[in-house]
Amino acid sequence: MRFQLTDDQRALRAAVRDVVGRASSAGAWGLVAPRGGAADVHSPAPLKAPRIDRGFWRALGDLGVFSLRLAEVDGGAGLGLPEAVLVFEELGWALVPGPLVATHLAAGVVPGAATGEVVVAAADGSLVEWLDEADVVLPGAEGAVALRSVDPLTPLHRVPAPARIDPVAVLLTAAEQLGTAVRVGELAVQHARTREQFGQPIGAFQAVKHLCAQALVRVEVARAAVYAAAVTADPVDIAAARLLADEAAVRGARDCLQVHGGMGFTWESEVHLHLKRAWVRARRAGGNTESEELLAADLVAGVA
Amino acid sequence: MDLTCTPEEEEFRARLREWLAKVLPTLSAKPSPDDWPARRVYDLGWQRMLYDAGYADVHWDASPTTRLIFLEETEKAGAPYVGANFVGLLHAGPTIAAEGTAEQRERWLPPVLRGDEVWCQGFSEPDAGSDLAALRTRAWRDGDDYVVSGSKIWTSHAEVADWCELLVRTDPAAPKHRGISWLAMPMDAPGITVRPLRTLAGSAEFAEVFLDEVRVPVGNRVGDENDGWRVTMVTLSFERGTAFVGEVVACRRVLGELAQEARRNGRWDDSVLRRRLGRLNAEFRALWRLTQWNVSEAEASGGVPGVGGSVFKLRYSHARQELYDAAAEVLGVESLDLERPWVLDRLSSLSYTIAAGTSQIQQNIVAERILGLPKGR
Ligand SMILES: Cc1cc2nc3c(=O)[nH]c(=O)nc-3n(C[C@H](O)[C@H](O)[C@H](O)COP(=O)(O)OP(=O)(O)OC[C@H]3O[C@@H](n4cnc5c(N)ncnc54)[C@H](O)[C@@H]3O)c2cc1C
Repeated sequence: MRFQLTDDQRALRAAVRDVVGRASSAGAWGLVAPRGGAADVHSPAPLKAPRIDRGFWRALGDLGVFSLRLAEVDGGAGLGLPEAVLVFEELGWALVPGPLVATHLAAGVVPGAATGEVVVAAADGSLVEWLDEADVVLPGAEGAVALRSVDPLTPLHRVPAPARIDPVAVLLTAAEQLGTAVRVGELAVQHARTREQFGQPIGAFQAVKHLCAQALVRVEVARAAVYAAAVTADPVDIAAARLLADEAAVRGARDCLQVHGGMGFTWESEVHLHLKRAWVRARRAGGNTESEELLAADLVAGVA
Repeated sequence: MDLTCTPEEEEFRARLREWLAKVLPTLSAKPSPDDWPARRVYDLGWQRMLYDAGYADVHWDASPTTRLIFLEETEKAGAPYVGANFVGLLHAGPTIAAEGTAEQRERWLPPVLRGDEVWCQGFSEPDAGSDLAALRTRAWRDGDDYVVSGSKIWTSHAEVADWCELLVRTDPAAPKHRGISWLAMPMDAPGITVRPLRTLAGSAEFAEVFLDEVRVPVGNRVGDENDGWRVTMVTLSFERGTAFVGEVVACRRVLGELAQEARRNGRWDDSVLRRRLGRLNAEFRALWRLTQWNVSEAEASGGVPGVGGSVFKLRYSHARQELYDAAAEVLGVESLDLERPWVLDRLSSLSYTIAAGTSQIQQNIVAERILGLPKGR
C-alpha cells in the first residue's frame, strides 16, 4: 500500500498551482475593484455579469485540465481519476470560475472541449451553471429559468427535470470542495497569526485556535476520503468523499469568515466568494440527500 | 496513490485469516467486565496464543501496513481486544524499545510479548491531568534506589498490573518540564495502595494509586534523570498515533448491525435517521482512509508517529460518540436498558474525548504544532 502522492503527481499539482494560483491572486477574478482612494468605500464598483475569460480557458486547456484523462492517441495525457482530482483540488483552491467539471467531462465528446476552445455547460441535478456563456449545453436545458445567483462568479439556471448524476462529476466536485477547504484554512491561519487584539495575535486565543484546528481536521479527513475515492472509483466511496468535502468546504469557509471578524463580512475580502462557491457545489448532483441515501443503502446491501 | 497491498502483505493476511478461523472457536467465553482477575487471565491467554503463533510482536517489528492488516483482520474476525495488555503492548513496550538500554529491553519486553506481565500508566495525578507536567509525585535518590511518594489517579488496569510506567519529579527546583523522570515501578513493591474507582459505566476500569515511600531501583529509570518529559512525549505519540486504529473497523461493523436492527424494528423508514446512518457510513469510511493515509506516510518516513495522531483522535473520538448516539436513536426507549447491546458502549464512548488527552488539549496541539499558531498566555 502506497497511499501517498507519487513524485509525478506532486509535480502535476505544482504545475497547475503555478498557473491558476497566479491568475487568482490577480484580484479575485476581477470582482474586486482596484482601490482608488477613500471615495471607493462609499461607492463600491457596480457588479457586472461574470464572463468567462476565453484566453484563460484556453490556457487551462493547454495545461491539460480538460484533456487529462483522454488517451494519448486522442490528444490527452492518458492519466486517471487520481490526477484529475489533484488538478480539480487546485482549481477549487484558486476559486477558478467556469463550468470546469462539465467541460472536462465533455472532452472527447464535444469537439474543442479538450483544448479549451469550447465551453461546455451541463444540467447537473436541477441546476445549470454558466448557461449563457457556454457554447454547448449537455444534455440540453429546455425550460431553464435564470436565478439571481448567490455566487457572483457562477451564473445559475434552474431546469425542471433533474438530470442523471455522473459519479465522476460528483468526485471532481468533491475535489474542488477540498481545494476550497484547504484555501480557507490557510486564510484563517494567516489572519490568526497576524491580526492582533488585546496585545497579542488572535491565534493565541484558544477559541480562535480551536476553529483553525477543527478546519485542519476536516481537511485531512476529507482529503483521505477524496483521494481514496479517486483510486477506487467506487460510487459509495465517492458519495462519502462528497459529504466530507462539502462539510470541510462549507464549515471551513464559515469559520474562516468568523476568524476574519468584520473584515470577513465585507465584499473586499475574498472569504465570502469561497463560501458562496462551496454552497453552489454542495447543491450539485442531488445535494447531500442523494449521497446520504446511497450510503445508507450500502449499509444494508447484501443483507436480506 | 495506491491502495493495494504487496503479495507478501496479502500472504500475511491470508495466513492470519486462516489461523484466526482455526483458533477463535476454541476460546472460552469472555469474562464479565467486573471480574478483573478473570479478565487478566483471558487477555493474557490471547496474547500467549498470538506469541506462540508468531504474531506477538506485530505492533513493534512489523511494517505499518502489516500492522494495519493485523488490526483489520483480527477485528473483522471478532478476535479479543488487547485489553489488560494495552499499556504494555501499545505504549510502555514501544517506549522501552525506543528509549531503553539493551538490558532494560531484555528485562521488560519479552514478558509483555509472551503475555506474562501487565503494565499500567501512572501519569495523571489529582492536580495534574491536562497539565501533566505539573505532576508532584516526588522521587528522592537514596543509594541505588529512588524513594517515591505521592499519588496517581485514573490509572487503568492498576488492579491487575505488574508494572507501572510512572512519571515522578526528581528535581523540584527545575522548571516544571525539566525535573521529571520516567520509571518502571513494580506494582508489588511495599508502600503501594490501589483503590479502584467505579466508572460511569459501572465497572472498575481504573483506580487511584497511593505511593508511600516506595523504593524503585535507579536502574529502572528509562532515559536520563530529569529527561522524562521527552520520554513521555515518545510514549504519548505511540498512545495517540496507533491506539485506536483497530476500533475503526469495529465501528464500521457496528454501523452495519445498527442498520439491520433499524430495518427489523421499522426505524429504517424514518428518512432522517436513515440519512444519519448514511452520513456515519461516510464518516467511518473516511476515517479508515485517513488511517491508510497515515500508515502509508509512516511507512514512507519511518520511526515514531508524529502529531498526525492528534488529528485522527480528535475526529474519531467524536465520531464514536455520534455512532452510539445514533444507536440510541435506533433503539428508542430500549436505549435506557443496560442489558441491550450498544448501551454500555455508548457510556464508555464518553471517555474518548477525555482519556489520552482531552479534545481541547488535542486542538491546542494541532493548532500550535501543526499550524504554528502562537502559544496562549
Ligand atoms: C477512561 C479513562 C482512562 C484513563 N486512564 C489513564 C491511565 O491509565 N493513566 C493515566 O495516567 N491517566 C489516565 N486517564 C486520565 C486522563 O489522561 C485525564 O483524565 C485527562 O488527561 C484529563 O485530565 P483531567 O481529568 O485532570 O481533566 P482536567 O485537566 O481537569 O480538564 C477538565 C476540563 O478542562 C479542560 N481543560 C483543561 N486544561 C485546558 C486548557 N489548557 N485549555 C482548554 N481546556 C482545558 C479539559 O479539556 C476538560 O474539558 C484516564 C482517563 C479516563 C477518562
